[in-house]
Amino acid sequence: MTETGPAISIKGKAFEENELLFDTLDIQIEAGHWTCLLGPSGVGKSTLLRLLAGLETHVTFEGTITASDAQEVASRVSYMAQSDLLLPWATIGENICLGAKLRGETIHKNKRAAIIEQVGLGDHIDKYPSELSGGQRQRAALARTLMEDTPIVLLDEPFSALDAKTKFQMQELVAETLRGKTLLLVTHDPGEAVRLCHRIYILNRHELHVARHLQPPFPKDHKDEAVFALQNELLAQIRGTEQ
Amino acid sequence: MKGWRYSAAASFSILFLWQLIIWGAEPPRYILPAPSAVFLSFIDNLGLIYEHALVTLTEVFLGLLIGISFGCVTALYLETSRTARLFVRPLLVFSQALPVFALAPVLTLWLGYGMTSKVVMAILIIYFPVTSAFHDGLSQTPQRFLDLAQVMKATRLRLLFLIKVPAATPSLFSGIRLAAVYAPIGATIGEWVGSSQGLGYLMLLANGRVKTDLMFAALLTLGAISMTLYGATGYALKQLSKRYKVD
Repeated sequence: MTETGPAISIKGKAFEENELLFDTLDIQIEAGHWTCLLGPSGVGKSTLLRLLAGLETHVTFEGTITASDAQEVASRVSYMAQSDLLLPWATIGENICLGAKLRGETIHKNKRAAIIEQVGLGDHIDKYPSELSGGQRQRAALARTLMEDTPIVLLDEPFSALDAKTKFQMQELVAETLRGKTLLLVTHDPGEAVRLCHRIYILNRHELHVARHLQPPFPKDHKDEAVFALQNELLAQIRGTEQ
Repeated sequence: MKGWRYSAAASFSILFLWQLIIWGAEPPRYILPAPSAVFLSFIDNLGLIYEHALVTLTEVFLGLLIGISFGCVTALYLETSRTARLFVRPLLVFSQALPVFALAPVLTLWLGYGMTSKVVMAILIIYFPVTSAFHDGLSQTPQRFLDLAQVMKATRLRLLFLIKVPAATPSLFSGIRLAAVYAPIGATIGEWVGSSQGLGYLMLLANGRVKTDLMFAALLTLGAISMTLYGATGYALKQLSKRYKVD
């Protein structure tokens, strides 16, 4: 469960219909650590994540995506998005094992049972996604990600559709269960970035700043004054009025 | 349930209008019989109508079963093969440009007066709507599910049957609902062109013998069968499709 992922380096530039989207991009994702890509909507954060996952994008990327162990990145990622991506016609139990089913692999029932207990969905395994709340559905999506057990995890604003209380609970659960993975979190919420990530990059239009390196423990206490101050500082940077 | 009340009210209004015409214009019985005369003819000829309705129903069910199966297989083939999309799809569209009804005499010539030509007629008429609806559904799987499957390294066949087919189920069901309406039309046209059994045959027979009341009784029976088939299919598929609805 805690296989440490490789470090990943993304270097290059990207164009969107001949218009520059990112210039001289240089992102270092540390091995087994959480890196955050923070920025306002529409700057191409999710596009970058899709590039890492090997998914189709509308941009032309000129550069390299390399892993420290020289193996391909896209073939060993799992992906969690804002939408839970649960199949409405499959039960929670079936959804959690979707990856193995799609690849024609054997489903490890014991592993699944342990993960379902871990995310607190023990009573919901035979239910359909429509019967669960938003928070429970996102837990199921987390369980599906855990079941994949890939060394690299990509999170695309996975908490943004949740209410404040559920969001905090989910952040704690994700921080605990995905510890040790090489993880890239895309978000527009500075609070989330500060609470969860070792390294924070800020992506504004065409520009990338390395904001901070934070030290464990994670998740940080949101009531902590230092966390609060850093959150405000990041917010100011996103708004382009650096203090 | 409100829908039923409106349907009943509409039916009674038409019956009442019909009766008004009878009272007002007093047409001869062989031109337009009264609703009561049609009802009496229905009761008198119940055995006969039942016998012929059973034939038509069998043709309709066989047509639906085979037509829907062919439609599904074609749609899956179109989805999995680019060559099929390039070659088969234009042929399918061209086949729709031909009036299928015009084929009925040729079908009777080829396949005889028996049930086969009617079943084939029903198949021809429902094949395209089913194929088209299902294939549209298969090619419109939400991109987010396709992305997830790609990240999970899904095999093509498993992607098709675990994600694309279930996601296309509501579209397939729309096609089947249409098929349920078209199949009785196909079977009846086949019967009109040449047969010795079925409600279409009974209508022609009654018409030829100026038994207009029996003709109407057979026609209304056919209508009732079509409505029941459409209602039952619609209800069953609605229950099933709840699960497959993608938001």
